[in-house]
Amino acid sequence: MDAQWVQFVAGGLTVGSIYALVGLGFSIVFNASRVINFAQGEFVMIGGMSAVSLLIAGLPMPLAIGGAIVVATIVGLLLEKVAIERARRADVVTLIIITIGASILLRGVAQVVWDKSVHRLPPLSGDAPLAVFGATIVPQSLWVLGATIAIVAALTWFFRRTRHGKAMLATSHNRLAAELAGIDVKRVLLASFGLAAALGAVAGVLIAPIAFTSYDAGIMLGLKGFAAAILGGLGSFPGAIAGGLALGLLEGIGAGYVSSAYKDAIAFVVILAVLFLRPDGLFGALRGERV
Amino acid sequence: MDSTVIARLAVRGAVIVLAFAAAAAFAQEPIRVGAFLSVTGPAAFLGDPEQKTLEMYVERLNAAGGINGRKLALTVYDDAGDAEKARTFTKRLIEQDKVDVIVGGSTTGTTMAAVPLVEQAQIPFISLAGAVVIIEPAKKWVFKTPHTDRMACEKIFTDVKSRQLTKVALISGTGGFDKSMRGECVKVAPKYGVEIVADETYGAADTDMTAQLTKIRGTQSVQAVLNAGFGQGPAIVTRNYRQLGITAPLYQSHGVASKEYVKLSGDAAEGVRLPAAALLVADILPDADPQKKVVVAYKSEYETKYKSDVSTFGGHAYDGLMLAAEAVRRAGGTDKAKVRDALEATRGYVGTGGVVNMSADDHMGLDLTAFQMLEVRKGNWVVIR
Repeated sequence: MDAQWVQFVAGGLTVGSIYALVGLGFSIVFNASRVINFAQGEFVMIGGMSAVSLLIAGLPMPLAIGGAIVVATIVGLLLEKVAIERARRADVVTLIIITIGASILLRGVAQVVWDKSVHRLPPLSGDAPLAVFGATIVPQSLWVLGATIAIVAALTWFFRRTRHGKAMLATSHNRLAAELAGIDVKRVLLASFGLAAALGAVAGVLIAPIAFTSYDAGIMLGLKGFAAAILGGLGSFPGAIAGGLALGLLEGIGAGYVSSAYKDAIAFVVILAVLFLRPDGLFGALRGERV
Repeated sequence: MDSTVIARLAVRGAVIVLAFAAAAAFAQEPIRVGAFLSVTGPAAFLGDPEQKTLEMYVERLNAAGGINGRKLALTVYDDAGDAEKARTFTKRLIEQDKVDVIVGGSTTGTTMAAVPLVEQAQIPFISLAGAVVIIEPAKKWVFKTPHTDRMACEKIFTDVKSRQLTKVALISGTGGFDKSMRGECVKVAPKYGVEIVADETYGAADTDMTAQLTKIRGTQSVQAVLNAGFGQGPAIVTRNYRQLGITAPLYQSHGVASKEYVKLSGDAAEGVRLPAAALLVADILPDADPQKKVVVAYKSEYETKYKSDVSTFGGHAYDGLMLAAEAVRRAGGTDKAKVRDALEATRGYVGTGGVVNMSADDHMGLDLTAFQMLEVRKGNWVVIR
């Protein structure tokens, strides 16, 4: 019974860290533009699929990962340049709808550029499961968890300590005021999409050994990552981590102790309850301003 | 006066010429084969190889002189997996194209949409879809070529029994294929003395099944685990299974009988057993196997022409077309009732899906020999027994 409990938690953390990493990408774009970028899941997919095809092309693993991040970043920048920037006078809802359209387009292009089958990347440090307190966990989960924490630390530093980061924050709070203060709002938006896409690609590469990747992998990851970001408080980086892990744990423990058929329902009921009590999410209402 | 005589003669002549022309045309009248397939859309992986197969073999049959001296004419419509479109196209095949036999219906949904129409129009119809409901209860004009998920359950339970095991845990996805197979397995288990002691599910896009498998591991009596699943889920189940160090034999379904599954699962797939159609293991079938010749020929012909891997789905279309052609040959024409009777009287037809023996209650005609039990050893399939 005890070992079971630990295993449910370990499984929950594995999935939860994936959701957290994807959820972060939502928060970056949201911070810079108040837009919820529904193409975020597609950035994750592009990262994973690019790494797979670069690896097949014969590149060593580090180069394939680097290449995948570059590909996704370019796609993110293009998406902003071609679609978002042209519609920047439109209201936020229109921009959100544009990102939904973009996600459908990217999925379609991925089907043509790559294929419709499922692929897997080799894990960074082997397949042998680690035993922790009677439960087992694959080493790749620790990579995902570690990377999530490292990225949050880097992002927090970037937004608090650097001029570019502060410019992004200022833009998110008041676009007009930021523009009057001399911030190039257009570039801020561009940078935020590039950053979110790069982050999505990192997530895609780290997740692919556990969850695999395929042209439609972005749908589910985007949805769960979005749920994680909402639960934690959109725009809050620690919130994305907390939201992701909470969602993963709810699913794992729900499947273990209640019913695997209802685990998604259990998770979403809890999210609804949390949002009912705290409409801004776990970390949203606590702070006066978003980090 | 003269002119009317000439006119009369002319009319008479014209009538005679027309009559001859009609008779000639009647002799040359092609055998019209209609098909509605899901060539595009979510079920394109079914319809695409089916269409390619039908086109290729109609061409080949015609090159060999047709059936009873008559050529085949193929009409294919793409229903994109939409049952409503399948209905419309079936209607068009029956009323406008006046086809003699219909081979098609890539999915159970599109097939069932066409069933009432063909039953009413009384046209022999050979479906290429999987579910049992298509032929159970047997419908007068409806036949099908693919094996059913119930047979896959039966094949697995036969193997479980031969290992002296009786207590099986089920883990299945929530997709249509998974759910249907889970239901069939639960239904037929008692027939094989198998008891289902755990029954877990996971979502189609889930990335971790350790919670469900931990519960199964915690169920003391489990002797074997069966994963009814399709897509990437079973590969994740297999990896998690090894991660948790579960030692009971693991069975997968025919839904993942592909190289992709073995590749995704890696070393974790070692020792996994699953039922599969002979076509997938054409190369390693023993020469004595009755299907060896058919599946090797179809595989090499398809792969040479289309430069892509053969799939069982295309094989179902091959069987459908050949059964229809054979029935027309034996019926001596395209009289619909006679063709139907000939289809029902099919005995010992060796196709890619198995050896077909139809009867009045069995409009599929396959038995468990249609499946081979495979085991993964060193990343390759090995046929058990």
